[in-house]
Amino acid sequence: MSASVKLSLQVVAILVACVAVAVMPVAVDLFQLMQFTLFASMAVLALSLGFIWGFGGILCFGQTAFFGLGAYAYAVAAINFGDSTPAILLAIIVPALFALALGYFVFYGRISDVYLGVITLTVTLILFNVFNSMAGDAYKIGTARLGGFNGMPAVPTFNMPFDPSSVLFPEQSWYVTGGALIAIYIGLRLILRSPFGRVAIAVRENETRASLLGYDPRAIKLGVFVLGGAIAGFGGALYVNWGAFVGPTIFSLSLSAEIIIWICIGGLGTLIGPIVGCFIIEYLISQIGSQQSFNSNLVLGAILIVFVLLLPKGLVPTIRLLLEGAGRLATKGRGQAPNAAPDLSAGQPVGAE
Amino acid sequence: MSTIPPLLETRGLTMRFGGVVANDDVNFALEEMELRCLIGPNGAGKSTFFKMLTGQLTPSEGRIRFRTYPIAGNLPHQIARLGIGIKTQIPNVFNGLSVRENIWLAAARAARRDASTIRAKAIVDDVLERIMLPHLAEAIVGQLSHGQRQWVEIGTVLAAEPELILLDEPAAGMTDEETVRTAEIIREINKNRALIVVEHDMEFIKMIAKKVTVFHQGRIMMEDSVDAVLADSRVRDVYLGKKVAA
Amino acid sequence: MDLVAILGLNVVNGAASLFLLCLGLAIIFGMMRIINLAHGEFVMLGAYAAVIAANAGVNIFVAMLIVAPLFVGLVGIVVERCLIQFLYGRLVDSMLATWGLSLLIIGLVTTIFGNTMQGVPTPLGGFAIGAYRTSYYTLFLLAVAIAMLALVYGVLRYTRFGLIARAVMQNPEMAAVLGVNPARVYMATFALGAAVTGLAGGVLAPVSGITPVMGGAYVAKAFITVVGGGAAIISGTVSASGLFGFVNQLGAYFTTPVYGEVILFVSAIILIRLLPQGISGRFFKGTV
Repeated sequence: MSASVKLSLQVVAILVACVAVAVMPVAVDLFQLMQFTLFASMAVLALSLGFIWGFGGILCFGQTAFFGLGAYAYAVAAINFGDSTPAILLAIIVPALFALALGYFVFYGRISDVYLGVITLTVTLILFNVFNSMAGDAYKIGTARLGGFNGMPAVPTFNMPFDPSSVLFPEQSWYVTGGALIAIYIGLRLILRSPFGRVAIAVRENETRASLLGYDPRAIKLGVFVLGGAIAGFGGALYVNWGAFVGPTIFSLSLSAEIIIWICIGGLGTLIGPIVGCFIIEYLISQIGSQQSFNSNLVLGAILIVFVLLLPKGLVPTIRLLLEGAGRLATKGRGQAPNAAPDLSAGQPVGAE
Repeated sequence: MSTIPPLLETRGLTMRFGGVVANDDVNFALEEMELRCLIGPNGAGKSTFFKMLTGQLTPSEGRIRFRTYPIAGNLPHQIARLGIGIKTQIPNVFNGLSVRENIWLAAARAARRDASTIRAKAIVDDVLERIMLPHLAEAIVGQLSHGQRQWVEIGTVLAAEPELILLDEPAAGMTDEETVRTAEIIREINKNRALIVVEHDMEFIKMIAKKVTVFHQGRIMMEDSVDAVLADSRVRDVYLGKKVAA
Repeated sequence: MDLVAILGLNVVNGAASLFLLCLGLAIIFGMMRIINLAHGEFVMLGAYAAVIAANAGVNIFVAMLIVAPLFVGLVGIVVERCLIQFLYGRLVDSMLATWGLSLLIIGLVTTIFGNTMQGVPTPLGGFAIGAYRTSYYTLFLLAVAIAMLALVYGVLRYTRFGLIARAVMQNPEMAAVLGVNPARVYMATFALGAAVTGLAGGVLAPVSGITPVMGGAYVAKAFITVVGGGAAIISGTVSASGLFGFVNQLGAYFTTPVYGEVILFVSAIILIRLLPQGISGRFFKGTV
């Protein structure tokens, strides 16, 4: 698929998404609108992992750590300030700083990719344990009680910037959440076209080569990781805005697993894929939850295994390949095969000393 | 003799892997603008030597000096920024990216060093011409032939505009025509840059070399003009011995 | 003095439990380079097998020491044939697929047995050290850990299977040339790792809460210990579980059990940062 076709498809997708966000409140009832608001906030989380894993090559099994920290940072700040504006900022800054510290520790410590997965998962468990146990009056930040395993109820939701008296209605919350999702998607697209984004992809492709050209892979990865942490944190704020609640289960293993599943299903190395995967899976979970006949873990586990074994590329890249195949069939005979004969030895070392 | 300090100098450079000594007390010097060939049988330690020069390996012992900078044990990107570029033995490119993107990544880094961002595109177009791949600029590198990927890697090295270029078997897997072209490019680069070239192909070495360093069992066995080296009986034994063993 | 004794006993107990939890994972990870994220669920299955057998009238020790490892070992064979064998050399995919397997097993067990299950009482009774009471079961766990240590070391070091297994892990093609079928060795190794894990689940069942999600608490702990221990299966696991068990119990004593665990995780992460090759990679040579 040529670059211009790709770009125009992306623009069309963005336009469609904008229209969908605009008409949604008219098209569905309030309950469904709330559902979609939840899904969209989680899709922000999906985008953050889709970005760092798919384009930075960073296998983070604990992306929910940043989501949860963002949610808690927002909740604490919103309760203290009574205004959501600085709280949203803190929900971005706190996880970003945490990602900076953790990323510095990991990337500058020559820790391999696989161990990174284990470490990030462990960090998530640490956070779960810590927040779960911080019950009682001793654990207060300002006027905000962290609440231990009970979590923090009745968190103020978003208000108009710097105007705590005008709290957003559910429709407005939907516009904010859906709009934010689109904005972040566009932002990430722009970053990927920027020199930084192109270097990040190069580091994912071949870290050694990138460093031999003078790029510091540690710094690039750290940058990608921090950006991912900031976006996930913002997603956390959107999540709290949806439910006015945050509890330690936000750090749970099952949410960590869900994020991974969104991406495996939607497609690694795309930005649309994680969003699509997130909506599909979360919709599925909500359906299973209302039926009670199937256990959602059972279904999610089976889906993940099937995708890893049979459809490892995920939905979006597979559909793209099918479309390309169809397109090639359609244009067949025009005789354009610019010596793209795939070299089977590609990527394989030939004669090592 | 010369009072100009060497561009690159190693003193007592040694690399051990467990009990295996891959490089043993290597003392090497390269003048500014020099073109040097390294030869030696497989396992003689040439690639290990290159890896230490580019920071991919930290020497067990010894010093490396590039101009006035001690670089032994520096990280690859730090050394690259000082101006050493390498084409590794196995094509080491960004397989998932296009030819143009590969070259651009090198050029962008060079342009950043010289603080002019506009130049990057000009460098890319120029390099694409020199490696004769402008018609494949948008092709994905992983789908190219082995020889073409060699060219792409040489292109990234050129685009980075380093002060010193290391080429590990640049002609391997190339057609005769391409080999001649490679020799041409090497001579062209050598007009204003220093190079170290590792090769097995004696014909190729005759095309480009002035001075040759022979590695054997991790040490420098001899260092002389290309004719003297090729006439040397010990060198022939080393290569012959290798052939018998193979 | 009594306090020191009881604290020492706790440390030994913590290390022994951790060692039992990790050993099966260390075998699978160390020899096959497969990261089994369903490890916690193998522990859980072992616990369920032991509890169900015991509740059905089987002698508790038979249930823990024979039924649990046998059952989970069989599960291991099925899993290896149906899933793992397609994933050798695909490290990330193996992690993802076994994570899926983990969810699948949790879902399956929840569907069949519900969210909780009646456990079994801790056998063997207790004894007192000064003012502190503890149970003989602590000593039993230690004995099992030592026996497993000896057994696995003996198998890997002195038996034909151990020799073949180590050879295959070093160089599969070479082993195939020698007439060994690598596929069967992988299957047997995975089954062995699963059985050892099932045994851990069995003996830990009387001292754990039996729920379908109990594995989640173990998987990260086991992993970080194995990674911290490094490539050598026995020396690495012993040293890492000794160290982390010590840190965990001491931390738990001076703070709370929850923070004891947090301290374990944090110190393990720092250790991996300081010694990327693990303890055994730094201090021990050899493969066992």
